Amino acid sequence: MFGLRVSLVWGVLVLATIVSWVFGSAHAGVGYRTASVLVIVVAFVKIRLVGLHFMELRDAPLALRGIFEGYCLVVGSLVLGMYLSG
Amino acid sequence: MATDAARVRRTPGEAGTWVFIFGDMTVFAVLFATYLYYRAEDPALFASSQQELNQTFGAVNTLLLLLSSLLVVAAVRAVRDHRGVAAPRLIAGAMACGLAFSGLKVVEYGEKISHDQTPATDDFFLYYFVLTGMHWFHLLIGLAVLTALIVITRKPNLTARQVSFVEGGACFWHMVDLLWIVLFPLLYFVR
Repeated sequence: MFGLRVSLVWGVLVLATIVSWVFGSAHAGVGYRTASVLVIVVAFVKIRLVGLHFMELRDAPLALRGIFEGYCLVVGSLVLGMYLSG
Repeated sequence: MATDAARVRRTPGEAGTWVFIFGDMTVFAVLFATYLYYRAEDPALFASSQQELNQTFGAVNTLLLLLSSLLVVAAVRAVRDHRGVAAPRLIAGAMACGLAFSGLKVVEYGEKISHDQTPATDDFFLYYFVLTGMHWFHLLIGLAVLTALIVITRKPNLTARQVSFVEGGACFWHMVDLLWIVLFPLLYFVR
């Protein structure tokens, strides 16, 4: 019904959510700052997976895929940069 | 597995849908930056107010939206494979997840307001309510879109334009999921 690729991506997204939850709430032995950087990076990797595999941008014309990839990279870097400099 | 060159590239949904989706995503990017800007002005206040949030609500809502996205992917595939009865049921399942998200949001907002944590409390709660409220508004629009998709996918034979509308509506719903994936850690975890 979903296909192997989409099922795997979904499993990774659920696992990443749980890992972020553990790191974000308990910090799992790392400092606040490391945990925050980790959850930000994981979030932008997750949205890239949603875009490429659920929105099917993986198979979209390169311009459309490029805008999305650019969004993930630029907004991800902006959020990370603003956090680290804040 | 097909290589990039061999794969047939196509736009999911109509091109106009993507203008709308990227427009919305840009608005939220500005909101993320605005939140971080004001957080940098008073990190101690943001950290202490953030402690008042119940992370379980946010995490369960993330899982609900991920499940809804999976159901919507399956619905689009059912439409393409002409499995008529499956698509509306799958979309109804996705809507149930969206309604559960809304139910939890009502409980969460109610809990905050009963503890006198409102947009007037401080800058953190102002942005918490603005960002989650804007997202919830998009989710409610998404539920209306999914309702339209149920009506369309119940028809026995869909035109190419209707299939395109289903794909575009599905992508809008995935955008609601995508935005929450960033909002949740930003508001509940990043400190």
